[in-house]
Amino acid sequence: MGDTAVSRTTTQWTLRVLVVGYLTLLVIWPVALVARETFAHGLAPVLDALRQPEVIFAFELTLSAAFWAVVINTIFGVGISLLLVRYTFPGRRTLNALVDLPLAVSPVVVGLALVLVYSGRTGWLGGSLEQVGLQVIYAPPGIILATAFVSMPLVIREVVPVLQEIGTEQEQAASSLGASGLQTFVRITLPAIRWALLYGVVLSLARSLGEFGAVKIVSGGVAMRTQTATLLVEERYQQFGAVNSIIAYTAAFILALIAVLALVVVTSFRPDKGTPR
Amino acid sequence: MTQRAGVVEPPLLEPDDTAGAATSSGGRRLPRGRSATSLTPTSGLGLGVALLWFSLLVLIPLTAVLVQASEGGWSAYWDALRSPQTLAALRLTVGQAILVTAVNVFMGTAIAWVLVRDHFPGKQVLEVVIDIPLALPTIVAGLVLLSLYGPSSPLGVNWANTSVAVFLAFLFVTLPFIVRTVQPVLLEIEPEVEEAAASLGATQFTIFRRVILPSLTPAIASGAALSFCRAISEYGSLVLLSGNLPYSTEVASVRILSYIEGDKLTEAAAVASILLIVALVVIVTLDVISRRVARYG
Repeated sequence: MGDTAVSRTTTQWTLRVLVVGYLTLLVIWPVALVARETFAHGLAPVLDALRQPEVIFAFELTLSAAFWAVVINTIFGVGISLLLVRYTFPGRRTLNALVDLPLAVSPVVVGLALVLVYSGRTGWLGGSLEQVGLQVIYAPPGIILATAFVSMPLVIREVVPVLQEIGTEQEQAASSLGASGLQTFVRITLPAIRWALLYGVVLSLARSLGEFGAVKIVSGGVAMRTQTATLLVEERYQQFGAVNSIIAYTAAFILALIAVLALVVVTSFRPDKGTPR
Repeated sequence: MTQRAGVVEPPLLEPDDTAGAATSSGGRRLPRGRSATSLTPTSGLGLGVALLWFSLLVLIPLTAVLVQASEGGWSAYWDALRSPQTLAALRLTVGQAILVTAVNVFMGTAIAWVLVRDHFPGKQVLEVVIDIPLALPTIVAGLVLLSLYGPSSPLGVNWANTSVAVFLAFLFVTLPFIVRTVQPVLLEIEPEVEEAAASLGATQFTIFRRVILPSLTPAIASGAALSFCRAISEYGSLVLLSGNLPYSTEVASVRILSYIEGDKLTEAAAVASILLIVALVVIVTLDVISRRVARYG
């Protein structure tokens, strides 16, 4: 037994050092370096960068596109989760598998797919939409579509397990006492899923703010018109000069900060720690 | 997989819900029958609206990719895929994705084990660190890796614009998948089982191979599928890091993008169709794995 205990501890220590070392080299150290690089010349250049009109515009565009994508995904996500869990209909199993598809598809493929359908010049629907005055590709609606596409499953993945776990007894009790469908939803279902919904919304928001590939293809990335924050990072990093570099790092730092904050919120408030999303 | 005693009454929860691998990796299990009802007029209308939106946003555009790919017939499709530059990009992408998935199978399982079984100060921080690659915008991920492995690296290496950069970027963005599918399953295996095996004289390695690994296999497989799928579709983190040099560091998604920029939509769709098919295969695989776990777990 003594030998086993010793070998146990050795294995434990080896694995611990291996894991901590691996994560340090792959994630912790590189992320820390970006933070240091951003503030290498103090706070003043960072604040200057934040006052640039291109930077303000890019973040405003990113925020508004992310806002609309999250609103759409929340309504759609709760609706489809209720349908998947509470109702039976032909094709339910297929739909259940298909709603995860956006997480598995490459952002570049997402961009291409949207261009093929919504491009004003060659798209299946784009031409008709442009005749009624709605330009999708190379315009904000395209950015919203791309963002909504890539973050679509996140709310559903959070809400579905909770809906399954709470069951239908309370909902049935409420409706047998005469509550309408809407009353049952607002009074019974919504309070029960509120935390899951919040996590889903936070994760969608983080994903939406950070989308790059799909948005790059559908938006064209024109500064002050369709350039989002991630596209700004790319453009400025590739240009020469200290000012461009500091703008790229500042925008990247803010995006990273939002992402890490979202994670901390989700990790620390989630009651069942250790279980994944 | 052990049954968690008395969590919720069985009819509401599938018996397999203890098999976290299935739930976490995309293969959600839906309740069978009893708690679900047929559609009412209101929910039917809701389903109609939801399906319309889902079709407009996801199904029709993805179908358009496949239709566009078949535009010029089979010969054009094969020609697009067989052009030397595309072939080189596909070979690099798949090769590095396989390599990265192999590393993840080992490291992901090790990380999950440490997170579940080991206790040390700062472990909570690692929980957040694992998810950073998923939450970080991909373009920022590229910048992040460039700072340690690029031209001004404090380690004195410069792997920017080499195939090592592709490997690192894939490794970074796929970090959480196996960890997060294995972790919940490991939580369900009681340490007593391992202790019993140890008291009967089994070595550490034997315990892992005979007691732990069999229960983890479905979770590792799900995580590996997700990890591979994510790697071959990666784009953003490579933009600044790999230089996108044809025949050397250009991956499939970059190839698609340059076809789009050159207005060669049919060729772009041909390469995209490969990625799309892999994504579909992965989704189906996960569904199958979660069903098998449900049945035999």
